[in-house]
Amino acid sequence: MKALLKLFWVEFKLYLRQPQAAFFALLFPLLLLIMFGSIYGNTPSPFFGGRGMVDVSTPAYIAIIMGSTGFLSISIIVSAYRERGILRRFRATPLRPAAIIGAQVGVNFVMTLAGTLILVAGARLIYDMRFGGAVGAVLLGFTLSTLSFFAVGFVVASVSRTARVAQMLGMLLYFPNIFLSGATVPKEIFPPAMRSISRVLPMTHVVNLMQGLWIGEPWSKHAVEVAVLAGLLVVGAIVSAKTFRWE
Amino acid sequence: MNAAITVNALRKTYGRLTAVDGVGFEVRSGEIFGMVGPNGAGKTTTIECLEGMRSPDSGDIRILGLDPRRDGYELRQRIGVQLQQSSLPDDLKVWEALDLFASYYRKPAPWAPLIGELGIADKREARFAKLSGGQKQRLFIALALVNDPELVFLDELTTGLDPHARRAMWNLVRAVRERGKTVFLTTHYMEEAEQLCDRVLIIDQGRIVALDTPEKLVRGLQAETRIIFTAEPGYDPAPLRAVAGVTRVDTAGGKVTVSGGGDRLVILVVNALDAQGARFRDLRTEQPSLDDVFMAMTRDEMEPAGSRGAAGPAGGAR
Repeated sequence: MKALLKLFWVEFKLYLRQPQAAFFALLFPLLLLIMFGSIYGNTPSPFFGGRGMVDVSTPAYIAIIMGSTGFLSISIIVSAYRERGILRRFRATPLRPAAIIGAQVGVNFVMTLAGTLILVAGARLIYDMRFGGAVGAVLLGFTLSTLSFFAVGFVVASVSRTARVAQMLGMLLYFPNIFLSGATVPKEIFPPAMRSISRVLPMTHVVNLMQGLWIGEPWSKHAVEVAVLAGLLVVGAIVSAKTFRWE
Repeated sequence: MNAAITVNALRKTYGRLTAVDGVGFEVRSGEIFGMVGPNGAGKTTTIECLEGMRSPDSGDIRILGLDPRRDGYELRQRIGVQLQQSSLPDDLKVWEALDLFASYYRKPAPWAPLIGELGIADKREARFAKLSGGQKQRLFIALALVNDPELVFLDELTTGLDPHARRAMWNLVRAVRERGKTVFLTTHYMEEAEQLCDRVLIIDQGRIVALDTPEKLVRGLQAETRIIFTAEPGYDPAPLRAVAGVTRVDTAGGKVTVSGGGDRLVILVVNALDAQGARFRDLRTEQPSLDDVFMAMTRDEMEPAGSRGAAGPAGGAR
């Protein structure tokens, strides 16, 4: 336990010492919001079901943060640790594998949450973002979504021989997901063909779930999203546990 | 005296390659035990099996009475390991690494004196990526000692260090042993093995070819002493062949090499030179060393495997 906490704290500091990862998780979504917000404002519009652009974008951008920590940070860090022999060095100590995984999950979860809070605070302060949901439900949906993306990140780390490959695979997940899921560009403007592509992307389900919980829709309306994300989490966790390699 | 390490009939193959082929030996508690051998001889595979980093195909290993495969966690609490290839995160500071690794163990040792002894105390705040090769090496040694282990594995501990740092490392290893610990090390430097180790195991092509104290290994080689000097032009070395103990005299340019054995060889040769009235300079003698033992007993890496002659432990001298 002492080792896990220490490792978590060290990984936390290491995360903040890498400016690019911290930027994409903590600041990029807020900058995106300010960019689009300065163009469209947050005036309610029938196009967004009587809400403003910022109201619907804020929960959607949270999915972008999860993509950056799950698809990119976790996969790149874990595969780099393996490639460079850092996992090998850890393995020669009594440190348990669960602590290594736990520390990564913990740090990236905290960063995802911090990026979300920064985003929400900005949306609230600058655009007076409206929120009609229950905080507990949103946090639950947030946790499920985040962990399922982390599971994908660990699978990417397992199948990647090097950090470079992990980065490439991570980007191949990250960019289509953020652009085609409705996370950056509202799905409302998508032509039908793009909507069907959108449906197979995991981030689409995160966006739907977060946007729904954000306005207080019941869980029953999002059984599909919950099933997909829970499935992704379970399968991802099993696959990454089976394929985990120290070197 | 009880054994810190007992190995029996250890075997490990990778596909068709047999890396370790029936190795068995014992390391006594409190000794500095060295393993040497050419590249690819099976050193790292052996040490990694002992550390529990690798599973052997067959054979029996006991480390501090534990089975590395079954009691891996308990074993890693009690041993220290310095790996040949490993790394730390670039942005991790020296003190953070030590503090982190110390937290992995039930009974960590205070690490501040450790980095003092290793000469990296002033690097406490430095990030891993900013350390020189030698400083990284010393940090890894410190990490191997951070749990005050009963047994330390050091895989090529001085590779990449300058002569000063190497000697400092030797002193540190001796100090570790003074505290009653056992040290198992591998090295490429025969001088290091000779200086540091109580006993040396020579491994080649996955098999043990010799295991003894450095002195006995050198003596067992029965290699000849060589006397080398530069003579004046026109000097006739023929009379030296008659000197007792001399087996061979070679001349190349003005340089004469007299080979032979016997306690009085040097005196007899110099007396013979004096009696001849010969004028010579730059006279020096070469004693056989562990290097000669190594060269005689192991395959030349530059030659294809298996072309080695019958240079067994006894008939080393050619």
